[in-house]
Amino acid sequence: MIRGFALLLFCQLMGEICARTLNMPVPGPVLGLAFLVAGLLGWNRFRPFNAAQLTASDLGRVADGVLGNLALFFVPAGVGVVQYLGLIGAHGLALAIALIGSTLLTLLVTVYLFIAVKRGLGMEDNAP
Amino acid sequence: MSPFRLWVYLSTTPLFWLTVTLLCWLVADDCARRSKRNPLVNPVLLAIVMVASLLYATGTDYQTYFNGAQFVHFILGPATVALGVPFYRNFGLVRRNVWPMLVALLGGSLTAIVSAVGIAMLMGVPQPVLVSIAPKSVTAGVAMAISQDLGGIPSLTAAMVMVTGVIGAVMVTPLFNALKIKDFAARGFAVGLASHGIGIARALNVSPVAAVFAGIAMGMNALVTALILPAVLKALIGGH
Repeated sequence: MIRGFALLLFCQLMGEICARTLNMPVPGPVLGLAFLVAGLLGWNRFRPFNAAQLTASDLGRVADGVLGNLALFFVPAGVGVVQYLGLIGAHGLALAIALIGSTLLTLLVTVYLFIAVKRGLGMEDNAP
Repeated sequence: MSPFRLWVYLSTTPLFWLTVTLLCWLVADDCARRSKRNPLVNPVLLAIVMVASLLYATGTDYQTYFNGAQFVHFILGPATVALGVPFYRNFGLVRRNVWPMLVALLGGSLTAIVSAVGIAMLMGVPQPVLVSIAPKSVTAGVAMAISQDLGGIPSLTAAMVMVTGVIGAVMVTPLFNALKIKDFAARGFAVGLASHGIGIARALNVSPVAAVFAGIAMGMNALVTALILPAVLKALIGGH
């Protein structure tokens, strides 16, 4: 377990270092994600492993465990909203309408563009 | 030690609020599971309301709470990296969907900014708040940095980001089911773009394929929004 967690932290650390030294507008953990994928692809060439081996590995178990509870990790930041209720309050209704309306439009535009391009290219839907 | 002194001691230790955060989460997640993952029973929202009520009832300030809760907050970083594992598992699927993703990314990113600022502007929201709401679909760390750069209020942006996350996570399943959208790559990509990590957490409860595409959308939207937002804002509200 420690090995898997250390690997995740190492990728994040490399991501943070790259993002900050190169002044990139991407969060360190997202770059770390890219490094992890690149690392897995490279490792698979060097010493092939299958999906079951990945799932059973230290990394696979830690990753699946953490992702199974991803929503938990948003709770502390979410509680922080409470501090700004006063600030939000003054424009509460306008902001609520803007956020709900914009989220709805964003979901619709994104999903239909994605599907339209797929149909244009003659691709099939992806099942869950 | 008297009960009062014990409370004074405990209420300021990381142990107390860390335990409270985990217990509230367990209760919230159990409610979500009992509802068979009904999208309206969002575990993040439930847990936030429970913890916030306890803070209010005990008169505890956020900084004291966060001293304990930061250990949970910290795991967000490695958890984001961990999305690389399902990404790798579905690498072939991701590669086949590059063009749909790129087009949806640009269109979705632009829509997220223009619609949020546009609606708020029509309703008479003042300029610093408009800037703060503009990056609301982007993951919190990047959104706060963008807001700061452009003269917004970073902490207000963080609040807008969290609220947007919950709105999208609650809305996505009923909306796309009603519209009979059956492509889970497209559904996941949309919720990750509109509602960042909280959208991904919802997608993980629905479909592994959706979660992979939600993760990609969150990462790519952070990049694209950071690049285009200054120009789009300038066009919308005329400089800053």
